[in-house]
Amino acid sequence: MQSLLDFLHQGGYAFYVWSAFGMTFVLLVAEVVSLRRSRRTILRRVGRLARLRAQNEPSSQPSPRPSPQPTEFQR
Amino acid sequence: MKINWFKYASPATFYPVAGRLVPLFGIAAVVLMLFALYWGFLETPERLGGTNPQKEYYRIIFIHVPAAWMSMWLYLVLAGWSAVGLVFNTRLSFMLANAVAPTGAVFTFIALWTGAFWGRPSWGTYWDWDPRLTSELILFFLYIGFMALHSAIDDSRRADRAAALLAIVGLVMLPIIFWSINCPDPNNCAALHQRSSLGKIESNILIAMLTMTLGFWLYSFATSFVRLRGIILMREQDSAWVRELVADDGGAVQPKPGESDREVSA
Repeated sequence: MQSLLDFLHQGGYAFYVWSAFGMTFVLLVAEVVSLRRSRRTILRRVGRLARLRAQNEPSSQPSPRPSPQPTEFQR
Repeated sequence: MKINWFKYASPATFYPVAGRLVPLFGIAAVVLMLFALYWGFLETPERLGGTNPQKEYYRIIFIHVPAAWMSMWLYLVLAGWSAVGLVFNTRLSFMLANAVAPTGAVFTFIALWTGAFWGRPSWGTYWDWDPRLTSELILFFLYIGFMALHSAIDDSRRADRAAALLAIVGLVMLPIIFWSINCPDPNNCAALHQRSSLGKIESNILIAMLTMTLGFWLYSFATSFVRLRGIILMREQDSAWVRELVADDGGAVQPKPGESDREVSA
């Protein structure tokens, strides 16, 4: 127990040591968390677009090149 | 065995490769970082140096130096892929440069932050406009500028080229940071960092420092590849392979039924 307290105390420099290591830990974890969230967002967005397209141009009529569906304006 | 490396220059081919590598790099990075923490805190002396030793706070070296190295190395990677992209006009190179930038910025900030908390007990100040501190701060602004410039231009091909050019111009900061401890006249400028050589460092300290560097490096690979996969998906969303891919594992990412109905009808 005493050795653990000594370890946390870091010879009186606990504030400096743990501020440095703590911020590093927080930033690395925050980067990983934000990457996971943005990956979910991107997959949802790209998946939604793909599903919308699949509905608009059924695969039964294969077109030679993927032409965009005419919009309201173009029609 | 001959490998055709250009095959991997296509985003469609590299996407699954990166996906398989991410968990390997991630797990290896965590193991190495934990080992470095254990070794750095429990197997090293409590004092560093001879007549006027640094006390326990010197242990910030185990993240400060690796983070500072990574901040410079990742900038070299960023500028390198930017240059490859400009010369060969390969999409994947620009995407790699974009994927590395945020991780590089994070490590630059960590280097500055840990440096401040090491500087206070050893130099008596959190911050000083010392050449090395200032040039490292400029490197941080370069990372931010690279990302800001890229996101400010809507056309991603033009954004790639403009940001790549900025990255290459910014390369001038790397030698400045590296040699910034050589102060020609001590009356005009003060170099707070001491000259150091890896050969003179106590071996247990060196072990922890180098292991942490390797851990940070593998961590950078993992985060960059995850980010790269996201960039590839966004940029290639019109291509057939992405549509097939998201249709395949659509079950996992599909929004709730009610939600998708509303979106389709809207």
